[in-house]
Amino acid sequence: MSAAKTDTLPDPSKRDFLYITTGTAGAVGTASFVWPLIDQMNPDASTLALASIEVDVSSIEPGQAITVQWRGKPVFIRNRTDKELEEARNVSIAELKDPSSRNDNLDNGDATDINRSAGEGKENWIVMIGSCTHLGCIPVGLAGEYNGWFCPCHGSHYDTAGRIRKGPAPENLAIPKFQFINETNIKIG
Amino acid sequence: MSGGHSKYVPVNGVMKWMDERLPLPRLVYDSFVAYPVPRNLNNWYTFGAILSIFMVLQLITGIVLAMHYVSSTDMAFNSIESIMRDVNFGWLLRRMHANGASFFFLAVYIHIFRGMYYGSYKAPREVLWILGVFIFIIMMATSFMGYVLPWGQMSYWAATVITGLFSAIPIIGVPIQEWLLGGFAVGDPTLNRFFSLHYLLPFMLVGLVILHVWALHVVGQTNPTGVEVKDLKKETVPFTPYATMKDLFALALFFILFAYFVFYLPDYLGHPDNYIRANPLKTPAHIVPEWYFLPYYAILRAFDFNIGIPFTDIVLLDSKLAGVIAMFGSLIVLLFLPWLDFAKTRSGNYRPLFRQFFWIFALVCIGLGYLGSRPAEGGYVTAAQILTTAYFAHFLIILPLLSILEKPKPVPPSIADAILAKNKAA
Repeated sequence: MSAAKTDTLPDPSKRDFLYITTGTAGAVGTASFVWPLIDQMNPDASTLALASIEVDVSSIEPGQAITVQWRGKPVFIRNRTDKELEEARNVSIAELKDPSSRNDNLDNGDATDINRSAGEGKENWIVMIGSCTHLGCIPVGLAGEYNGWFCPCHGSHYDTAGRIRKGPAPENLAIPKFQFINETNIKIG
Repeated sequence: MSGGHSKYVPVNGVMKWMDERLPLPRLVYDSFVAYPVPRNLNNWYTFGAILSIFMVLQLITGIVLAMHYVSSTDMAFNSIESIMRDVNFGWLLRRMHANGASFFFLAVYIHIFRGMYYGSYKAPREVLWILGVFIFIIMMATSFMGYVLPWGQMSYWAATVITGLFSAIPIIGVPIQEWLLGGFAVGDPTLNRFFSLHYLLPFMLVGLVILHVWALHVVGQTNPTGVEVKDLKKETVPFTPYATMKDLFALALFFILFAYFVFYLPDYLGHPDNYIRANPLKTPAHIVPEWYFLPYYAILRAFDFNIGIPFTDIVLLDSKLAGVIAMFGSLIVLLFLPWLDFAKTRSGNYRPLFRQFFWIFALVCIGLGYLGSRPAEGGYVTAAQILTTAYFAHFLIILPLLSILEKPKPVPPSIADAILAKNKAA
């Protein structure tokens, strides 16, 4: 059988080799030309060169909030009242739609109020990216059924710790890397 | 219907010389002059021609507007105002372009529903139908990107919300979104690429439309009886002058309505918030897309719950991804329509049950459109959930079931018989 094959077919090895190498070189060449065309759409160097920002929060009284811009996105900084804190603390994790803290300053953790806030001694402060985790609208502060944030686009309600409680958004509002560099200033990024 | 030899006869030596080298005049003559159309087409069949004219109109006004528009976040909003105030006839061109998009969609929706009612998607016209769905999807992408260009509040937030849809995809979603935006939020790179693509996509649309017309001319037009042409001589008339004139008359009426909007209600179909310059730190209190996207928007927002395995905490699809899948699914399902409705009878005229469900479906779509314009709260969300279920049920449950269970009325043996019977009755 194998003898018959070699009788009828010319030795294929050299031509096949040439076809395959030519084809491979062509495919690699095409791919290496296409990649720059795709990659040019990614965020460019000036967009990626992000400086961190510093914000003076000393003038924010309890119950007040400000919005600052970082990476082209709004960041909410809110000084919560004791009552709001109390409400947020009394929510059990089982009630939450998203039980993860979504806090870049922590490795992991449940979405407890302390994990969502600026930490021990600074529990009243909450710093979050103000971009609804549904489709990126900016939620309105001091609004919604939980008196936290309400996104007018598609009706997501967040509580005073920025945790998603109702509506189509899947996750709690993201907390960026930030720290208090002294008693009055926050550094974001 | 494509059958039959060409009827083209060159009128003089020059045309004969040309015909032997590049028979383009022959192609045009056979496609738009001698091409046989069923003689019983009603006015709903004029929207194909109306759509091609509107596509050309959008191309012309768009190319001219691009001569005055500046795609930079600092300048875009002002350049639109300068088109409206300073450029000669700029107000007319921009209003024609903006309202033209709306009327393009109005015509395409009538065209699609006509195809659904008369079963125009059934064999052998599946490819014709699928090409039409692709045209519709490209149209949507084009109009969405065009809507971002004026850089008003609705422009900005539409861009944010629609690119945000991609972030619903697990793991690769956010990189894809940043790739689309060219940044972490909508900005200059986004506006520039949207302008580039808004200029490109219409030409792809033209290519698809040529394929659509080609596919149409291979299989021939349907007609209200749904019976194929059997006798070219008795049952068809040449495209020119019969269809040409009929289409032109319908176009004139459609243009009157269009002109009424362009001149007297130029901003009626738009949104006042888009006359506020884009502000990345403030989302408008009530954000809605243009009217022609409202049904899809309602479907997107209907999912305010995670889909999981009942009685466990396991989430299979979170609410956001479910909404996005449903919204795109509502378009994708159209591609499968030729196989979901496999009833032998083509035209809705002879399918009493199908006809009722067709009108219910039309009402469901209008209802979804209304709900898309309302805020996403309370009863509106519940209603949107019911109508979204009805939308998908129509395609996935009702049409297959009707194909099996429905007993259609007798179909006339030929178009000629149907016409004669109608004349006798009258």
